[in-house]
Amino acid sequence: MAKNCHNDHKMKFSLEEEFPDLSLHNNHMAKVLTKGMYEKLRGKSTPSGFTLDDCIQTGVDNPGHPFIMTVGCVAGDEECYDVFKDMFDPIISDRHGGYKPTDKHHTDLNFENLKGGDDLDPAYVLSSRVRTGRSIKGYTLPPHNSRGERRGVEKLSIEALASLDGEFKGKYYPLSGMTDAEQDTLIADHFLFDKPVSPLLLSAGMARDWPDGRGIWHNDNKTFLVWVNEEDHLRVISMQQGGNMKEVFKRFCTGLQKIEAIFKKHNHGFSWNEHLGYVLTCPSNLGTGLRGGVHVKLPKLSVHAKFDEILKRLRLQKRGTGGVDTASVGGVFDISNADRLGSSEVAQVQMVVDGVKLMVAMEKKLEKGESIDDMIPAQK
Amino acid sequence: MANNFARILSTKRNVGILSLVGAGSLAAGLLLSREQHVHAGSQVRRLYPASAEYPDLRKHNNCMASHLTPAIYAKLCDKATPNGFTLDNAIQTGIDNPGHPFIKTVGMVAGDEETYEVFADLFDPVIKERHNGYDTKKMTHPTDLDSSKVKSGIFDDRYVLSSRVRTGRSIRGLSLPPACTRAERREVERVVVDALAGLGGDLSGRYYGLGQMTDQEQQQLIDDHFLFDKPVSPLLTCAGMARDWPDARGIWHNNEKTFLVWVNEEDHTRVISMEKGGNMKRVFERFCRGLKEVERLIMEKGWEFMWNERLGYVLTCPSNLGTGLRAGVHINLPRLSKDPRFAKILENLRLQKRGTGGVDTAAVGSTFDVSNLDRLGQSEVQLVQTVIDGVNYLIECEKKLEKGQDIRVPPPPSK
Repeated sequence: MAKNCHNDHKMKFSLEEEFPDLSLHNNHMAKVLTKGMYEKLRGKSTPSGFTLDDCIQTGVDNPGHPFIMTVGCVAGDEECYDVFKDMFDPIISDRHGGYKPTDKHHTDLNFENLKGGDDLDPAYVLSSRVRTGRSIKGYTLPPHNSRGERRGVEKLSIEALASLDGEFKGKYYPLSGMTDAEQDTLIADHFLFDKPVSPLLLSAGMARDWPDGRGIWHNDNKTFLVWVNEEDHLRVISMQQGGNMKEVFKRFCTGLQKIEAIFKKHNHGFSWNEHLGYVLTCPSNLGTGLRGGVHVKLPKLSVHAKFDEILKRLRLQKRGTGGVDTASVGGVFDISNADRLGSSEVAQVQMVVDGVKLMVAMEKKLEKGESIDDMIPAQK
Repeated sequence: MANNFARILSTKRNVGILSLVGAGSLAAGLLLSREQHVHAGSQVRRLYPASAEYPDLRKHNNCMASHLTPAIYAKLCDKATPNGFTLDNAIQTGIDNPGHPFIKTVGMVAGDEETYEVFADLFDPVIKERHNGYDTKKMTHPTDLDSSKVKSGIFDDRYVLSSRVRTGRSIRGLSLPPACTRAERREVERVVVDALAGLGGDLSGRYYGLGQMTDQEQQQLIDDHFLFDKPVSPLLTCAGMARDWPDARGIWHNNEKTFLVWVNEEDHTRVISMEKGGNMKRVFERFCRGLKEVERLIMEKGWEFMWNERLGYVLTCPSNLGTGLRAGVHINLPRLSKDPRFAKILENLRLQKRGTGGVDTAAVGSTFDVSNLDRLGQSEVQLVQTVIDGVNYLIECEKKLEKGQDIRVPPPPSK
């Protein structure tokens, strides 16, 4: 185990002196972290040297968020979820609908199990997208990794992606070496990710050494995209205009499995276990790490008194079309699955497909001036 | 005075460092030797060779990037100070911030006093570049806070709107803002607030903790231009100085609002003496008196400031070593500021101009912040005299231009 002498130094001070002031805080970590828990865990570190204070710094520095209840802690490596389970388990339970430490997570990336999803009305559903994250076993995560490790992840990713062919043939654009022309195109395609500005990410150390080791890969068709070394080792995205979620999900599953096979061959498969599913930097993304969603026009439904209740029952979440930190513009919403852990990829995308179909039908009813009361679903 | 000072400090130095020696460090006596420092604190996690970890500095323009060769990186990357501060910790801010529009930044910080020893192979050349060739191995820094030695120093109010002197002080034995734990930061606050409570006369005042102040108090402090904000500059945030904000941060000021102390912002303390108008002499007198009083009060409790004769006062940023002193005025120079020789005149007077919003701002109209360029290698008295002589010269130039007379660029100072 790597000795963490900065933590040894910290241990000279008492619990009372070190315990963070969380009195004005509203995030999952602040709700869960007691002095007893802090005392028990503060002397530990993972084999790579990540400590409890490292995990919670982002939650200490960011008391709350205007739109969402943030998690307030991150993992620096796979082992965090084990070494600090006394803290992570209750946070995971709060965040993931009561998920227990003994529960098992079911992974299903068999796109054929999805029913329907190819008939969402393109007059309302403007675009469809599925994303997830993957961590590469053997490397520490973005809050903790050194430049050498980050470059190692990049190198391996480039190799893996370069071997893809057919509809998955594509090109890697490292953020460091990008030409202005390449940058403009990637921005116009809505592909380019920026250096994080969110203090949630900055306080967790995820922007260190930017843009070293970061880049974007996409296929020639511009329907399959991989972000390297942003908030996770990999973010994998399948997207296209219109409402054919079935096709998006098929491409997503196929592409992911091809990539995984290549990493496995290099003895660096994806981090996964049967309790937490895919292990990612933020506890909110455990399980499937999947956010499947659409940009959909719901100007009438979105101002209906029951809109939020409907979303809740459908296990869906709304965001602005700029992503998690934005509000909606012009009645167009990003609607996606709220769940990540405890249900499979197929199940989550199914909820999006079924839920969006229902909401578009409701919107059409409201356009005709009719009531939607008899369409309100039961809690899923 | 400086000699007595140094003697007291070196006897107390052992006490300060020893009181926090932990399990991973070597025996006490060895800590005093620079060579042993580099082995204290145990092995840093290293999975890759130094060459795989060396940062990409090709687009960078800061002092760290100018001096961090792969060889120096390889030599230092496995070391840590006794508190666990590493080279990567020190240079992170310079990697994350390639350059600044107005100034060549330093690009690295110290996490504790020992940083300057353990990583001397990098800090020494940076100090040399930043401080006019100051050689830490051969030179000593003079400390002189005897304000009675300063001559002249009362400026014409028609030109000088305000006068200010600031410095920083670190409490020996506690880590600096990039590295300090919450406990250490709270201890700094306790030690300093305790000492400030002992000030009397024109220096008696009050402390406002950032986390505890009322909305009214906050508004008053903003109106007085005293309140400091959570840092937004990436130079500071990338160095970890905004962690746990606003825990243990605060502002103390005297009732007259002429002596101000910031606690736990970019340094343990920033000490500021200021007033409207051109009486720099009085501002400096109060500065020296207040500083010495605070020092006396912390020493009564067994604490002391970080200081040594190589580096003077030890602060977070290498640019502030020595005196840590910036003495300046807000001065209106409508004619001189438009003269093409203005920059050269300032340079030869060893002065620097900034906007009236501070280091990251440009000037508004013809009012500038003018202050000393130098920090290390000259004493407080010498630097303040330089500012006084320089500002007098600038005012003379402005007056000459008013009368339609010509001005001269002064010769550069003799070495």
